[in-house]
Amino acid sequence: MTDISQTPDTTPVAKPKGSLFDKDARTKRRNAAEGRFKLYGIAAIGIGLLMLVVLVTKIVTAGTGAFQQSFLELSVELKEDKLDKKGNRNIEDIKKVSTFGYAPLISAALEAEVQKLGIQTDLKPKGMGKILSKATQADLRNYVIANPDEIGNTVSFRFLVNSRVDGYMKGRVTRESIANDKSISVPQLDLVDQLRDAGVLYKTFNPDFIFGSDASDQRPEAAGIGVSMLGSLFMMLVVLALALPIGVAASIYLEEFAPQNRLTDIIEVNISNLAAVPSIVFGILGLAVFINYMHLPTSAPLVGGLVLTLMTLPTIIISTRASLKAVPPSIRDAALGVGASKMQSVFHHVLPLAAPGILTGTIIGLAQALGETAPLLLIGMVGFIASNPPDGIVAGFLSPNSAMPAQIYEWSKRADPAFYERAWGGIIILLIFLVTMNTIAVILRRRFERRW
Amino acid sequence: MNDMTRVERTVDSKAIKIAANDVQVHYGDTHAIKDVNVEIEDKTVTAFIGPSGCGKSTFLRCLNRMNDTIDICRVTGDILLDGEDIYDKRVDPVQLRAKVGMVFQKPNPFPKSIYDNVAYGPRIHGLAKNKAELDELVEKSLRRGAIWDEVKDRLDAPGTGLSGGQQQRLCIARAVATEPEVLLMDEPCSALDPIATAQVEELIDDLRKRYSVVIVTHSMQQAARVSQKTAFFHLGNLVEFGETGQIFTNPEDPRTESYITGRIG
Amino acid sequence: MALSWLLLILLALAVIGYFAGRSRALASADGDARALHSLPSYYGYNVALTALIPALGILIIWLLAQPLIVENTVSGMIPDTAISEGSDRGLVMSEVRRVAYGLDGAIASGLLSEAQARNADADVQALTQSLKDAGQVLTQDISKPILLAAQKYRGITSTGSIAMQMAVLIVALVGAALAYIRTHKEFRARNVVEQGILALLLLAASIAILTTVGIVLSMLFETMNFFQLHSWKDFFLGSTWAPNFRGGSELSILPLLWGTLYISLVALLVAVPVGLFAAIYLSEYATGATRSIAKPLLEILAGIPTIVYGLFALLTVGPALVSLFGDGGALGLGWMASSNAVLTAGLVMGIMLIPFVSSLSDDIINAVPQSMRDGSLGLGATKSETVRQVVLPAALPGIVGAILLAASRAIGETMIVVMAAGAIAKFSGNPFEAMTTITTRIVSQLTGDTDFASPETLVAFALGLTLFIITLGLNIFALYIVRKYREQYE
Repeated sequence: MTDISQTPDTTPVAKPKGSLFDKDARTKRRNAAEGRFKLYGIAAIGIGLLMLVVLVTKIVTAGTGAFQQSFLELSVELKEDKLDKKGNRNIEDIKKVSTFGYAPLISAALEAEVQKLGIQTDLKPKGMGKILSKATQADLRNYVIANPDEIGNTVSFRFLVNSRVDGYMKGRVTRESIANDKSISVPQLDLVDQLRDAGVLYKTFNPDFIFGSDASDQRPEAAGIGVSMLGSLFMMLVVLALALPIGVAASIYLEEFAPQNRLTDIIEVNISNLAAVPSIVFGILGLAVFINYMHLPTSAPLVGGLVLTLMTLPTIIISTRASLKAVPPSIRDAALGVGASKMQSVFHHVLPLAAPGILTGTIIGLAQALGETAPLLLIGMVGFIASNPPDGIVAGFLSPNSAMPAQIYEWSKRADPAFYERAWGGIIILLIFLVTMNTIAVILRRRFERRW
Repeated sequence: MNDMTRVERTVDSKAIKIAANDVQVHYGDTHAIKDVNVEIEDKTVTAFIGPSGCGKSTFLRCLNRMNDTIDICRVTGDILLDGEDIYDKRVDPVQLRAKVGMVFQKPNPFPKSIYDNVAYGPRIHGLAKNKAELDELVEKSLRRGAIWDEVKDRLDAPGTGLSGGQQQRLCIARAVATEPEVLLMDEPCSALDPIATAQVEELIDDLRKRYSVVIVTHSMQQAARVSQKTAFFHLGNLVEFGETGQIFTNPEDPRTESYITGRIG
Repeated sequence: MALSWLLLILLALAVIGYFAGRSRALASADGDARALHSLPSYYGYNVALTALIPALGILIIWLLAQPLIVENTVSGMIPDTAISEGSDRGLVMSEVRRVAYGLDGAIASGLLSEAQARNADADVQALTQSLKDAGQVLTQDISKPILLAAQKYRGITSTGSIAMQMAVLIVALVGAALAYIRTHKEFRARNVVEQGILALLLLAASIAILTTVGIVLSMLFETMNFFQLHSWKDFFLGSTWAPNFRGGSELSILPLLWGTLYISLVALLVAVPVGLFAAIYLSEYATGATRSIAKPLLEILAGIPTIVYGLFALLTVGPALVSLFGDGGALGLGWMASSNAVLTAGLVMGIMLIPFVSSLSDDIINAVPQSMRDGSLGLGATKSETVRQVVLPAALPGIVGAILLAASRAIGETMIVVMAAGAIAKFSGNPFEAMTTITTRIVSQLTGDTDFASPETLVAFALGLTLFIITLGLNIFALYIVRKYREQYE
């Protein structure tokens, strides 16, 4: 206080400033800067939201096409002398006829249809046949094997058309864009136009995309995501069966029982760091430990599930601990007060109260695992053509399969742009799963959220 | 009740700095300040006292529109500073706050050096033309904040490293540096120990020579020590306003008396 | 006997043990549960757990250790002469393993009898042929030492499996019997069971450590193998990345590291300003309603799988950039040859990181005490002045931590760069060129047909370990900064 008394402050009182109603130039300038700053913030949020809109729009516009497919409906005579020479409808004999045996039947059916409709075309039958998919013969063969009684009859059958024709029907392929394309020619497109006008070539909903299996890179029109969806399902089962109990057990230990010591510290630091380890590193771990060392089968959903379990564990542990922490100590005290052991108080009282939170965290962890791709690349779940659904539960876990994100990646690498449509369509399905899971998590949280 | 405050007002002789007429403050659905009329004089220390939650801090924050930062807060009625309504649309709260400085309950120095803490206001308002002028202004403010001798050798040290009392005096110096006409102090000593409190109180008395000071305090002794005028708030009402001596020795309202004698609050 | 049968037997034993223990306890108290120290079920659990847990423990340890022991024993019996020039023990061992599996497969498909497979004097050529007939994959003709080693391998493995099954069953039985005998009404079953459960909980918590140890060890061993085959100087100090599966590869991490850092930098240049300004707006300006809509919407971006961003980069952003900057593009610049480029990957990764940066910064900005803002506003500062000169400097350490965490994300991101960055390793400052990253090369070296004895494959482990160390270091440092920052305001 001494300075006040020793050095009397002789400066005059602050001179009255101008009226509050007049803004001086500096204030105006500062307010302009304020406005600009606020604008930057709005712009930043705008950019973020714009990107979201662009992304979603792109996914929807590029992906919905995959749910529709063009088919050509033809009446095929299933000639007995070609398909069942012995005429005894023995299924083994019918199976001996390879897909090549069906080619002439389809070709004949197409020719007959063109003639019946009175379509003028310079194309030879072989050229006409090119508008059909390479998968048609196998499709027809499967149909015959499933319905041997139809042999000898003339049946109406929906054939997949070539991906280029499909693209033409969807507007992806135009007459200009096929100039250098060997797979399709302008006369073929003329034929397609006429068949479409006649109503036998049409676009319709394609359940095979959702439930079907992947096809080789020559037949994008036949590719579906169903089998890899099963692969994802089996992986998620593994993750759920392992990550939930282990995660909950670890959280209970750390939150309720762990003494304050070095080991606990190490575990805690470890968990928070594991949560940030790049996912590809888990893939390397899976490759080295599960495949190279333990010799588990490559590409198996079991291995994928194990890797994703290790990857999601930290997420689940962190959220489970948060929900255990949210249960007030008074609940524990009450249980201990009536003579329950610590273990009983945790398992009988704390855990049930924390269950909604744990479930929410688990679902979010599962959603994260469902969308993860990078570690799957290293354990061989990419590059594998998931052409047959697993036959049984054990095979579901152990036989090679793909997974949804891996299947999408696989499609994105293939040369034919028709696969890109498949990839976007796959993303729509993947996102539907993720949105559903997250919505359930949000609803659970809202519903059971308790403020103590 | 309002009649009483009007009666008291006739006693003073100094210029009226701030006049509040029929001020109402709503926080969402809560009616926090009801119908307050008060006139605050220049070069006087006015104390707002009352039990916690009585609205004294809320009212103080209306005087420099700090309540604007709270979304759900609504203020009606007039508050005139030198005859100009501070809630007028043309008024920029930024300019207003340069004229009406504020010191807060908890010392809140910025995480900057002591020098930069004090220079912050002059810099944003462009009060100094050059470095020398700014240096001078900082020194003058620190002297007025009665802390110059303690910090003059370490102006570059962080303001957060000072003791609580020093921090609060630094904050006062910081508020003084923008050359305000009114200084609002919201329980400036509540976080300080008795010695630091005494220093700040001495400083407040000194500040009265230049500014109109309004201080909110929960300590009646402090109000009695530093203020010339006292306003007693209760449940959002201004119960009584008058000369400090009179309020403490001869309150007119029974509620004031109850509070002073410790029966409520 | 398959593993699943062993597990089923153990489970059955546990269930039987549960009921046996429970009823023995009740019997010892003459059917009066109140005379027991613990609830009857605890006696059951005691027997079941004592039977199950040690047996399972032995099973797991055995399963993990056996391959290592077999490998070492068999590897020791291959004479040095059997290792041909340019090959090494690891390569020979993988051949031995292939032959051993081949023999198993041939027996399973009925082409060989057990005796034929065990015959040490078998005609090597005939055996090779019959294995090939059985559809088994062999890379070369079997030589005598390899056959012997393979037979030994099979022998030890099958003996080991039988021994393991015996050991596991004996331990389970002994455990169950001991616990059963000890069951008496005075026995403190609950305490024992709870101790056991506590041990299980601790074990679950230790899996986090085991994972880290597993990550480090698995990569460390292969990295050491790599450095035996390839000079560490080239890896750390070389300047070229040119893997060549015929040998003579140049495998330097530096060009990959450059690509990784460059792309991450572009990503951060997008994500940090946008994310930071979004966080500032949301925490300082936005009304409650705006905040409750905009914040979750932005966070959707964080929940989108990276494969989606990868596809977006590959099929949308890349072509769009080419149509702007490419040859004959809208700007007529001709700077960009292919849609795979640093800019493509960086931009999309930046979009992905926006919500990451914004929600971390939002938390950190909110941790700055309100009194700090009041102090500044009370002096007549505008909000933006308050944010720039008081809030941001106060939040700086926390924001730096958040940016470091985002950088670690960017460095470890895989799918976007695999799909959009390209495969060319080079030092270049041109963002319109394709470059490659550490993660991309890990994927390309470890997918497809890989030979775990060649440096070209093993380098992926060295890259992975480097990546792990870099991201771990960044994370630890960032978390440390953020924690220090939070403590300051608590």
